[in-house]
Amino acid sequence: MRSLFGVVHLLGSVLAMFSVLYLLPIITALVFHERAITPFLEGAVLCLVAGLLVRALTMRFRTDLKPRDAYLLVTLTWLVLAAIATMPLMMLMPSLSFTHAFFESMSGLSTTGSTVLAGLDTLPHALNMWRASLSWLGGMGIIVMAVAILPLLGIGGMEMYRSETPGAVKDAQLTPRIAQTAQLLWFVYAGLTALCAVCLRAAGMRWFDAICHAFAALSLGAFSTHDASVGYFQSPLIELILMVFMLIAAMNFATHFMALRKGEPANYKRDPEAKWPLVWIGISCVVVSIHVWLHNVYPDWSTSLRYVSFNLISLATTCGLVNADYGHWPVFAPMWMLFLSCVCASSGSTGGGIKVFRVLVLVKQSLREMFALVHPQAVAPLKIAGQLVSNRVVFSVLAFIFLYFITSVVLTFALLLSGLDFTSSVSAIVASINNAGPGLNVVGPGTTYGTLSDLQLWVCTAAMFLGRVEVFTVLILFTPTFWRK
Amino acid sequence: MKILILGVGQVGRSAANSLAREPANEVTVVDINEPALRELQDRIDVRAVAGNASYPSVLEAAGIADTDILIALTNSDEVNIVACQIAQLLYRTPTRIARIRAAEYTSRPVLFAEGALAVDVWISPEELVTDYIVHLLSNPGALQVVDFADGRVQLASVRARVDGLLVGKPLRVLREHLPGSDVRVAAIYRDGRLIAIDGDTVIAETDEIFFVAARDDLKNMLAELRRREPAVRRLVIAGGGNIGLRLARTLEKTHQIKLIERDPRRARKASEILQNTIVLLGDAADEELLIEENIDSADVFAALTNADEANVMAAMLAKRLGARRVMSLVNRASYSELMDNRSIDVVISPQTITIGSLLAHVRRGDVVRVHSLRRGVAEAIEVVVHGSADTSRVIGRQISEIELPPGASIVAIARGEAVVMAHKDTRIDAEDHLIVFLADRRHVDAVARLFQGER
Repeated sequence: MRSLFGVVHLLGSVLAMFSVLYLLPIITALVFHERAITPFLEGAVLCLVAGLLVRALTMRFRTDLKPRDAYLLVTLTWLVLAAIATMPLMMLMPSLSFTHAFFESMSGLSTTGSTVLAGLDTLPHALNMWRASLSWLGGMGIIVMAVAILPLLGIGGMEMYRSETPGAVKDAQLTPRIAQTAQLLWFVYAGLTALCAVCLRAAGMRWFDAICHAFAALSLGAFSTHDASVGYFQSPLIELILMVFMLIAAMNFATHFMALRKGEPANYKRDPEAKWPLVWIGISCVVVSIHVWLHNVYPDWSTSLRYVSFNLISLATTCGLVNADYGHWPVFAPMWMLFLSCVCASSGSTGGGIKVFRVLVLVKQSLREMFALVHPQAVAPLKIAGQLVSNRVVFSVLAFIFLYFITSVVLTFALLLSGLDFTSSVSAIVASINNAGPGLNVVGPGTTYGTLSDLQLWVCTAAMFLGRVEVFTVLILFTPTFWRK
Repeated sequence: MKILILGVGQVGRSAANSLAREPANEVTVVDINEPALRELQDRIDVRAVAGNASYPSVLEAAGIADTDILIALTNSDEVNIVACQIAQLLYRTPTRIARIRAAEYTSRPVLFAEGALAVDVWISPEELVTDYIVHLLSNPGALQVVDFADGRVQLASVRARVDGLLVGKPLRVLREHLPGSDVRVAAIYRDGRLIAIDGDTVIAETDEIFFVAARDDLKNMLAELRRREPAVRRLVIAGGGNIGLRLARTLEKTHQIKLIERDPRRARKASEILQNTIVLLGDAADEELLIEENIDSADVFAALTNADEANVMAAMLAKRLGARRVMSLVNRASYSELMDNRSIDVVISPQTITIGSLLAHVRRGDVVRVHSLRRGVAEAIEVVVHGSADTSRVIGRQISEIELPPGASIVAIARGEAVVMAHKDTRIDAEDHLIVFLADRRHVDAVARLFQGER
């Protein structure tokens, strides 16, 4: 119990700090002279008071966090923040149920970006800013989680960076102290966000839209300020900028940092997680755009390429901003895009899914098994970019893939059981667990998740949450060994 | 010359052996292992001192104060470096040579620059042996290929086969066969004995022929003496020790390599270091394994473990199972003489390879390169001629006028950037680099003296 209270104590601090985020919508409300300021002020105060109170009450349980407590902390952080973030939403939109509000805030914090709200264009600016801030904070949280917490636990696709062999490049550990590393990565994240916002402004968005979309692109969250998402702007330049930043956000931020600090782009070449997704995405864009064009969706290939590459990159990087209703494309295209969303994001990025590293491990492991059949006496350790990956890591990746797959299947069945059609069910779960956003059919890019029943929404919320915290983190809390002293 | 050798491992022993054979040298050896020292003293005429090779007191006991050359050959790079450093600081020893294995050190030239580490010359036996094998592999058919004049001239030995174009013909026709090429036959050994050669000497099958050639002409000359063999693509290496691993690393980008290692830990390590090599855990003399890994389609099988016997047996087995060409590392000189039949194509003697680079520093006169040949009996040296026509016995003279000891011959001259094959009427200039073949290394001192400029 002691360690539980220790975790709660830390959670109090997190909560108190979370109140700072309310400043963004408050400032927005002030700038636009909106009356929607009160809920945010109240929310900030509530958050701060509650956080400090919890902190004070559990002061005597204050201990150093054990690696094992991190599971609990990560899980509780996401749940509690999502719950408390519903408050401004529900106060401003009295018709919204807690289920819908919780879905919306979890969608933000998990950087999924699927929404239950329609009529985004008419919402108060402060509320749209609140949604965008949630996903931006979520992205930040994920980066920290990836570099600071998950490696300690040996999961999260960062296993490579804590391999036992000395001498190998440990790019992820940029500084001797984790807190310092996290800080540096935040700078990179914030810097890139600012750059993206400036670019978008220069491309013709107004500042408010530019900031919200920069938040959406860098966190790969996809909360737009318009129902038509990026399609609203009808600007190839904006789409191009967003494409570039989405690809950047889907790469390991540690790689960005190293490349920036040393000033050598060659760093990207050495990161296998950067190279492969670009290859897959590049080929996919060409093939899918030809496929879509041949089905006469668009009059010419270049138009087809424009829409396909934006939506494909957006989905593959698990962002979810759209500029066309790809629900009307031949089914191969959106399905392939959803498939890519499983495999294209790097560890240490704000993207979701299986992560490139794990995919590479799986592929190499399969090749290795076949190699062993031909050369029974060969000694062939698994290597990625010349770096050794220990068997322990391979097993943990295999276990992760299994859990990820089973979780998806079980949740899909839950949706089917609730009466949703097959395509919608599968696409909704895949899009949610990968934190991509829009699915197909009733949850397609042209509609919202608002049409789903409460039960279905909770299933999707669970999928987003599980996918975000890497399945393991939550499921481990349900094992008896975790709680045994 | 007073020489102090630290460490009597394989390299140290053979260095002591080979240096002590020259009467001009006084050799002292130091090692921590007393039995090894006693055993060495029983066989060769050296002074032995037991103790830690980097301790000043031990070095003093070994007479470092008036030593001309310190050769640090212990197993530890660090001990070798420290010994050299101490020799310079405390005793001003003029020449300090150290064996340094780790590429961590050797890849940073600034460490060995003037005023840095007190190591004048470093040698890495594994690297020398690896380079030697790489040379052999790139010239399939050759028994030995060594460089002179920074690689512009190469000396190679080859066993003539009946399918060579020149075999059965007198040497005179070589010029017609290879017009415009820079090649010269240096020596021919028939049934293990040197024969006198002139233009009428007819090359017979199984003759062992030494020749020099400009680098680009080497392959053509090889083809004259035995049918041109296809380039080596598939290589099987037995033994993942220092040499095997290094060879695999050097060649794995350009060749298909399989490396067989018996020790699981070392196999594991090799597999971690190597990127494109198939590392196999097993015994190189395991017939099943060799067959399973298609030894019959291997271009070269190289047995490079530490154990001579295992190397020889594995290589013979591989040959029988169909490997096109087999090589074996053999440390013991007595074994390598036994191997002089058809069962193993190339016998590699690490000692012979390593000793050459040491000898170059020990020799009097301006000897810049020494290669030991025929298991140390013969030698080829590169020597710089100094002085003027007045002070030197060779400058300004034609080669036919120079009195060389028996069995010695000038085979090529590197003059500036150019390479000249030696002829009777070639005149020698000052600062020429002469490449001299010596069938009997005992005459090496006489040769060096001749070119030194003393009358």
